[in-house]
Amino acid sequence: MFKVVENRTLAPNLHRLSIEAPRIARARKAGQFVIVRSAEGQERIPLTIGDADPVSGTITLFIQAIGEGTRRIAETPVGGSLRDIAGPLGMPTHLEKWGKVACVGGGVGTAVLFPLARALAEAGNEVTTIIGGRSEPYIILADELSEFCAKVAITTEDGSLGRKGFVTAELADMMADPQRRPAAVFAIGPVPMMRAIAEQTRPEGIETVVSLNPIMIDGTGMCGGCRVTVGGETKFACVDGPEFDAHQVDFASLADRLTMYRDHECKLGR
Amino acid sequence: MKNKLTPKERLAIDRVEMPARDPAERSRTFDEVNLGLSLEQAVQEAKRCLQCKHRPCVEGCPVQVSIPDFLDALAREDLPEAARILQGDSALPAVCGRVCPQESQCEKLCVRTNKGESVAIGHLERFVADWAMAHPEQVAAPELPPPTGKTVAVIGCGPAGLTAAGELSRAGHGVTIFEALHDTGGVLRYGIPEFRLPKKIIDTEIAGLTRLGVKIECNVIIGRTLTLGQLREEFDAVFVGNGAGLPAMLGIPGENLKGVYSANEYLTRVNLMGAGRDPESTTPILPGKNVAVIGAGNTAMDCVRTARRLGADRAMIVYRRSEEEMPARLEEIHHAKEEGIELVILTSPLEIVTDEQGWASVLHCQRMRLGEPDASGRRRPEPVEGQTVDLPVDVVINALGTRPNPLLTATEPDLKLNSWGNIEADDQCKTSLPGVFAGGDIVRGGATVILAMGDGKEAARSIDEYLKG
Ligand SMILES: Cc1cc2nc3c(=O)[nH]c(=O)nc-3n(C[C@H](O)[C@H](O)[C@H](O)COP(=O)(O)OP(=O)(O)OC[C@H]3O[C@@H](n4cnc5c(N)ncnc54)[C@H](O)[C@@H]3O)c2cc1C
Ligand SMILES: Cc1cc2nc3c(=O)[nH]c(=O)nc-3n(C[C@H](O)[C@H](O)[C@H](O)COP(=O)(O)OP(=O)(O)OC[C@H]3O[C@@H](n4cnc5c(N)ncnc54)[C@H](O)[C@@H]3O)c2cc1C
Ligand code: SF4
Ligand code: SF4
Ligand code: FES
Repeated sequence: MFKVVENRTLAPNLHRLSIEAPRIARARKAGQFVIVRSAEGQERIPLTIGDADPVSGTITLFIQAIGEGTRRIAETPVGGSLRDIAGPLGMPTHLEKWGKVACVGGGVGTAVLFPLARALAEAGNEVTTIIGGRSEPYIILADELSEFCAKVAITTEDGSLGRKGFVTAELADMMADPQRRPAAVFAIGPVPMMRAIAEQTRPEGIETVVSLNPIMIDGTGMCGGCRVTVGGETKFACVDGPEFDAHQVDFASLADRLTMYRDHECKLGR
Repeated sequence: MKNKLTPKERLAIDRVEMPARDPAERSRTFDEVNLGLSLEQAVQEAKRCLQCKHRPCVEGCPVQVSIPDFLDALAREDLPEAARILQGDSALPAVCGRVCPQESQCEKLCVRTNKGESVAIGHLERFVADWAMAHPEQVAAPELPPPTGKTVAVIGCGPAGLTAAGELSRAGHGVTIFEALHDTGGVLRYGIPEFRLPKKIIDTEIAGLTRLGVKIECNVIIGRTLTLGQLREEFDAVFVGNGAGLPAMLGIPGENLKGVYSANEYLTRVNLMGAGRDPESTTPILPGKNVAVIGAGNTAMDCVRTARRLGADRAMIVYRRSEEEMPARLEEIHHAKEEGIELVILTSPLEIVTDEQGWASVLHCQRMRLGEPDASGRRRPEPVEGQTVDLPVDVVINALGTRPNPLLTATEPDLKLNSWGNIEADDQCKTSLPGVFAGGDIVRGGATVILAMGDGKEAARSIDEYLKG
């Protein structure tokens, strides 16, 4: 059992949980994730480790409640516990000193991006973060990101905060400006967003990394359910990723596989 | 009471038939297929044993269970004694009695096969083990030696790890098992379905280990949560029994379509997560109407019979050789056929064809014929020019086998591997690292429960020696 020591609502349906998991807190590196099962009978849900404190032995998770599994985790009160947490899983982020880098986050992707942006800053990069969301309440972590980013740009679809429109417009401006042009781009968010950014940076040959979120079970390479096509090869996102070269990813197949249980009549046991 | 029958009288008894649930009924439920023998049936069957002096059956058993001895006790209706003998030789007899490929091991060498059928050793092993489980008060608990103060870490909670843990704690060592998944048992829990191996048997085994003082920590992935190096510092010795859990891919077009599973994913969803089986489970599974399972080993049979139980109208085994070459246990093939499983033989998949929405819809296959025997002695399948067949499908399950999972080994470059990625270990389960022992599928590749257990036992003996040395 893993005790929840903090649970804050950051945006509608978006929670930040701190959880006691000392071994994971010690072993974890940026870019890695855990698999959480809130209770007996519940699904195994992959979640990025947003932050970790090896001293207090806690990890931080950002959870967007979109279905039963994530909702049950997000609802766990302080003092309550989660039955299973396994990790840290996946390959740590490959860090380099590129100079100027852009981090682009959409929705809960911003939370997933947070530890990555910080690790990039700590590695000596000048980080610009672009946060996108539907409207103001969905824009999260702007203040926290400002602490180590050279700039935090915000876009909302309805214009209620920051620039009206999508993250891609902000990134296009950055790429066009020789003073700000990024040497590398990190994008985490909904598949259509990551795909759009991959298409945007491809002609310019800007190195671009995305963090993929296929459906997973074990997270250790045992089931093959998380397979994605990268550079024409089958990869298991849980062990080979979850971060991959955006220009090599087959986003169409990823998006399609994510609907495997969505619009099929037969969700047995639901 | 003595077990005194003349050989002639023994030879006159016919082999018992295992009572089984009605095929039509059972092909829609997960209840155990085999119902178990009655005491009368078991005693009668045990009397068929000729008590051969040269004990050929024992040679056929990878862990040398004292077969004639436990059969003699059973024939004399001394069940506590039969249980004592059996449990002394095998750590998980209730499991092995159910899942060992007896026809190619102990029963294969039974002299009674010379004229007729072998003694039903597996069924009797199951009978005695089940009796012992139901009558714990009548089975003498082994006496434990005083604690040695030494500690051993066991990686993996499958049959190899469980056996090693039991033997080590019976030798007085302090044992902690680390398991990556959230539950125990390894393949026994997430792979082999309930209708073949009820989960309560694993639960009973685990409870027994806990009573012996074995600590089990789930959700700990060695190579990620902790490293082998950390375990070596913290413990006096380590046993690695992390299995061979990495699915081999088909390598044909369409294998990433929706509706295509690896056997591991399919079985894990149903067995470990309860998808489609346990109303409390929230894990989804696609219950196909036309399901094709590629392969013909135990794993393939488990998948196809599971698909049938989830409601498939047409559940098929697609295999490139013929029924004779199928590697699955005979009983599984027999049961599968009774349950309405189709065996599509001499057929090799070429491509999984998609519909407009990205779902698997047709398994396009090549027809094969058997040619000359290959190195393994089996006749080599070769394509029949120009003959293909299209099977309509909505779920395809790849049960081609597994390879060793590199998660642990990749983080320990000094641990010597063979070219397949399996850990190199000698007859005493020693690896290239001092104090680190290994056994089961991670050493052998995909093998059997009994071989994994045998390794666990040998490793425990070897570790005990190492700790005393
Ligand atoms: C490596 C990795 C890291 C992740 N990190 C985070 C994180 O930090 N915070 C966070 O909120 N989410 C994260 N996710 C996504 C999260 O795991 C899914 O949202 C969750 O599994 C959905 O489960 P559910 O039971 O709540 O919803 P369900 O009811 O199972 O599904 C709701 C809908 O989402 C689809 N879906 C199922 N699984 C996924 C998935 N893995 N990704 C996207 N859609 C899915 C389903 O098809 C369904 O339509 C991550 C995913 C991966 C693979
Ligand atoms: C579907 C199926 C049906 C089968 N049917 C039969 C049968 O009828 N008869 C038969 O004899 N054999 C059968 N087998 C084969 C048999 O189950 C295996 O040979 C046996 O389970 C191997 O035992 P093991 O202990 O080596 O590994 P496993 O049973 O694979 O157990 C290994 C354990 O280690 C854990 N693990 C893996 N990596 C790590 C890590 N890094 N850290 C911590 N833990 C880890 C795994 O989660 C797992 O629980 C079958 C196999 C399958 C898949
Ligand atoms: S353990 Fe397996 S091979 Fe050995 S006697 Fe029992 S059933 Fe036969
Ligand atoms: S070979 Fe057969 S008959 Fe002979 S001792 Fe073994 S089980 Fe009995
Ligand atoms: S989640 Fe099972 S292999 Fe990646």
